[in-house]
Amino acid sequence: MTPSIPSNVASRTTGLSAPDTSIHGTGETCLSPRVPLMSARSLVKTFTVGRTFRPGSGRTLHAVDGISLDVFPAETLGLVGESGSGKSTLGRCLTRLYDIDGGTLSFEGSDITKADTRALKPVRRKVQMIFQDPSASLNPRRRVRDVLAEVLKVHRIREGAGIEERLGELMDLVGLRQEYLDRYPHEFSGGQRQRIGIARALAVEPTLIVADEPVSALDVSVQAQIVNLFSELREKLDLTYVFIAHDLAVVRQVSTRVAVMYLGSIVETGETDALYARPSHPYTQALLSAIPQPHNRSRRGRILLTGEIPSPLDPPAGCKFSTRCPHAQAVCREVRPPLTAISNERSVACHFPLA
Amino acid sequence: MIFAVLQRLGQMLFVMIGISALVFLIFFATPGSDPAARLAGRNASPETVEAIRKDFGFDRPLPVQYVIMMNRLFVTQDLTSFVNRGMRVVPAVAQAAPVTLSLVAGAAVLWVIGGIFVGVVAALSRDTLLDRGLMVLALIGVSMPVYWLGEVMNLMTQSRFHDTVFFSWVPSLGYKPLLTDPWGWFKTLIIPWFTLAALYIGIYGRVLRANLVEAYQEDFIRTARAKGLSPTRVMVRHALRTSLIPFVTMFGLDFGVLVGGSALLTEVVFGLNGVGRLTYQALLNLDLPMVLGTVMYASFFVVVANALVDVVYVLIDPRVRES
Amino acid sequence: MTAAEKPILLDVNGLTVSFATDRGMVKAVRDVSFSVREGEILSIVGESGSGKSVTLLSLLGLHDRKTTRVDGMVAFRGRGILDLNPSELRRIRGREIGLISQDPMTALNPVYTIGWQIAEQIRAHEAISARAAKKRAVELLGEVGLSNPQEAVDRYPHQLSGGMRQRAVIAMALSCNPALLVADEPTTALDVTVQAQVLDLLLRLRKDFGSAIILITHDMGVVSEVADRVAVMYAGRIVERGETEAMFKSPLHPYSWGLMGSIPPLTGPRLARLKSIPGMPPTPDRIGEGCGFAPRCAFARPACLERPPLRMIGTQAALCILEEPERSALRRTVLSPEEFA
Repeated sequence: MTPSIPSNVASRTTGLSAPDTSIHGTGETCLSPRVPLMSARSLVKTFTVGRTFRPGSGRTLHAVDGISLDVFPAETLGLVGESGSGKSTLGRCLTRLYDIDGGTLSFEGSDITKADTRALKPVRRKVQMIFQDPSASLNPRRRVRDVLAEVLKVHRIREGAGIEERLGELMDLVGLRQEYLDRYPHEFSGGQRQRIGIARALAVEPTLIVADEPVSALDVSVQAQIVNLFSELREKLDLTYVFIAHDLAVVRQVSTRVAVMYLGSIVETGETDALYARPSHPYTQALLSAIPQPHNRSRRGRILLTGEIPSPLDPPAGCKFSTRCPHAQAVCREVRPPLTAISNERSVACHFPLA
Repeated sequence: MIFAVLQRLGQMLFVMIGISALVFLIFFATPGSDPAARLAGRNASPETVEAIRKDFGFDRPLPVQYVIMMNRLFVTQDLTSFVNRGMRVVPAVAQAAPVTLSLVAGAAVLWVIGGIFVGVVAALSRDTLLDRGLMVLALIGVSMPVYWLGEVMNLMTQSRFHDTVFFSWVPSLGYKPLLTDPWGWFKTLIIPWFTLAALYIGIYGRVLRANLVEAYQEDFIRTARAKGLSPTRVMVRHALRTSLIPFVTMFGLDFGVLVGGSALLTEVVFGLNGVGRLTYQALLNLDLPMVLGTVMYASFFVVVANALVDVVYVLIDPRVRES
Repeated sequence: MTAAEKPILLDVNGLTVSFATDRGMVKAVRDVSFSVREGEILSIVGESGSGKSVTLLSLLGLHDRKTTRVDGMVAFRGRGILDLNPSELRRIRGREIGLISQDPMTALNPVYTIGWQIAEQIRAHEAISARAAKKRAVELLGEVGLSNPQEAVDRYPHQLSGGMRQRAVIAMALSCNPALLVADEPTTALDVTVQAQVLDLLLRLRKDFGSAIILITHDMGVVSEVADRVAVMYAGRIVERGETEAMFKSPLHPYSWGLMGSIPPLTGPRLARLKSIPGMPPTPDRIGEGCGFAPRCAFARPACLERPPLRMIGTQAALCILEEPERSALRRTVLSPEEFA
C-alpha cells in the first residue's frame, strides 16, 4: 500500500487483504493505516436463564464472551459458527439491537456502547440489519410501497416526488419489477421477500449491513440468486457487510475475511481463501472437513468430531474446544488460549495451531 | 422439592391475605359510609350502632380494624351478621359448602367425560356430518342459558311429565345430605348435574376438538402412525395425552370458580342452598360480614384449584418438571 | 453379490398424488417411478414443493385419505402397498419400513421418555414384555452411538441435544429391524459437525443391518456423500435419475446443472458469480403437462411445452428433450469441466 492513497481507497484497491492486527486481544497496536468502520473490544453479552422469584436464582449464559473485532470499510466479514456459537447475538450487539453488557463498541470512531435511542438514530441510518426470515419483519397488511416509503420518510431521506423515484431505484437494485410495489408481502416467494428485506435495508443508504443468515431459509437455486445479489450490491454501492451464516460454502463465496466462532468466542480469523485452504484452528479444520461437498467427492481426511457442542451455560474450562479437540493436551483443559496473530492476516486462539 | 412446595404454599397464603385485605378495604374503609351503621342494618338504634363501632374497633386505625375482623372471621369464628338475626358467618358457609361442592363435583365428572367424548368423536370424524352435528349440539349447549335450561328441566320433571314412568323417580327440589341419604342425594342432584354440565360439555368438547385437530398436524403424530400404531392408540396415547394439558388448565379454573359460588343460577333454579345463593342473598341484604366470608371462601377455592392445576401440570408435562 | 444384483425391495411405478384444493384437484406428484434394491441408498433431491416429501408419505400410506388421491403402483417385496387395508398397512409401517423425520424435536412426543417411545413401537409389532422391550431400547440407543444408553432411555426428548434426539429417532426407526428406512431431511436441522456424525451412522447402519435407505434431502453435498443412486425431483416429477457417480460426473438435465452451479464450492478458485437458476419453482397448481422446468430453462424450446421424453444413457435417465451431442455442448456452457471431477 502506498501511504499517499487514502486508507479506505487503499483497502478497496487491494481487495481482499486484511490488516495485520484486524482482530487482536486489545488492539492497542494498530500497524495498519486502515481505519476500522466498526470496532468492538472485549464485547460481552450475557443472558440470564431459569430465573425465578428466588433472589440469586438463574444462571448466566455468556452468549458473546469477550469478543474483539474490527470491520473495515468495503470488506465482507463472514461470521461462521454452529448453533450456540453466539454469532447471531454478536450481530445484534454490533447493530445495538441488544444492549451491551461489557466491553466497548465504536462506529466511525465514536463510542456507541451505551448510546441511547436518540444518539443511535444517525447510527441506525448507517448500520442496517437483514434477517433470516424477512416476512417476520414485514407487516402483512402493508404494501411494499408503504413499507419502503415509511423508511424514507422517517429518516427524511427523500421528500415528495423524490420518494417515488427512490422506490423505483430500490426495486431495480434488488431485481424486482416496479409493479411489485403495490403487492402485499404474502404475495411473494421466500426469495422475493428477502429481496424486499434487502431493499428496506438499502432504503436508508447505509454504509454497513449486518446480515443474519439471510439465505439459509431459501432453496438452493434461489439462495444462489440472493448470494449473487449481495455481491453485486457491494460493488455498486460500496457497502460493507458483516455476513453471518452457518453455511461455510456460502460464507466463502461472499466474504473477504472470515471469523470462526465457537461457544461465544472467535477461535480463528483470517483472509477467506487462505483460511479455507489452510485452517489453523483444529475446530475450523474439523468444521470444513465435516461439510459434504458435491464438487469434491473424495472424502479424504475427514475429521469426525466426537460429542456435541457443550452447553454455553457450562463452557469447558481452558480452551472451549478442548472437550472435542483431537489434538487437546493437558494445558488446553486448563488455560484458555487468547486470540493471537500468527501471521499478518491470521489470528488464532489455540495453544497448538496447525501449520 | 420441599422448598418448591413451601414456596407455593407461601404464595397461596400471600394471595389470600391480599384478597382479604382488598375486600376488607372495599367494604369497610370506603370513604363516606359508616361501616358500623352498615353492620347494624336498617332501623338499628343508635346504641346498637355505637356498640358495634366499639366491638369492631371502627374508631381505631384501619390495620387494627382489619386484624379484629380477620380474628373474628377465622380464629374465634363468631363473626355474625346482624341483619339475618345473628346468623354466624362461618357455620353458614360451612353448611352451604357441601351443597355447592356436590353440585359442581358431579357436574364436573359429567362434563369431563362428555367433553372428552364429544371432542374425540368430533376430531376422529373431522369434516363429516357427525362432526358438524356434534359441534352444532355443543354450540347449542354453550348458548342455552343455564337458568332457562334448568326451568325447562324442572317443568318437565317436576310437573308436566312427573307422573310418567320417566320422571316419577325425581324427588322434589332441595338438597339431601350425602352421608344420611346417599340415594336421595344422588336423585336430587342428577338433573342439576346435567343442567350445569351442558354448558361445559359444549365448551370443553369444542376446545378439545380444536386441540386434537391441531395435535394431528404435529410431527410426532406422524411418527406415531409411521410406527404402525393403531388409530385408537395414536388418538388416546399421543393426541389426547398431549391435548390434556390445556384441558387441565381450563378445568382447574372453571372448577374453582364454580365451587366458589358461580353455580349461583343453577342453585337458585333447583332450590339448592349453596354458597352461590348465600352470597347472592348476602349481597341483596348488604350483609357485609357474610359477603366477606363467602368471598374469602371463593378465593380460597380458586387459589387451591390453581395450585392443584400446577401440581397436575408437573405430573402430565415433563417439560415443566425442571423449572 | 453386487448391489445391482440384489433383489428389488421397493418398486414405485407411475405414482401420482393429487390433493383436493379450492381450485380442484392439484397434482403434487406426477407419474413418479423408481426402485430401491436391498441394502441400497437412494437419495431423492429437490427443493421445497418438488413433491419429495409427499412421495415419501404416500409410500407409508401416511397421506390424508380424505383430501388426497394416490394412483399408480407401490410394491414392497412384491406386495402392492396402496391396496392394503389399514391393519395390513400397520404391520408394514414401523416393522418393515421405518421413518426418520426431519426435525427430531417435533418428531418425538414431548410427554414420554425416549425408552417408552421406542418400546411402544417394538411392542406394537412383537409380543414381548415391557421389560424386554425396554432392554432392547437400551441396546438400540447404544447401537446408534448414544454414550450412556442406560441413562438416556429414561430421558424426555427436551432433555437431549439435537444430535442425540436424532439418534433416538433413528434408534426408534431401527427398532424392528426394518428392511427399508425412509429418512425425510434427517440432517437438515442439525449442525454440520453433528450432521457428519449422523451421516456416518446411516452408512454404518446400512453396512451392519443391511437396511436400504431412501434419503430425502435438498443438499447435494449430502447426496454425494452417502447415496448409491440419485433421483432429482422438480415440480412433482423425477427429472433425472441414475447412479450417483455418473450423475455428478455428467448430469443430464438442465435443472441438475443449475442445482450444481448454484452451490458455492468450498475449494478451488472462487467464482465471481454463482450460476443461479433464474425465477423460482412453480407451485403445483401452475404445472401443466409440459416440462415443469421449461419456464426457468435457458435452453427451452417450443417442443418443451409437450410432455418431455424420457431419455436413457447407460445407468442414467432424464426427462428432457435434449440429446447428445447437443446436451454435452450446452452443459459445457453452464458447468466448466474442472468444477466436477
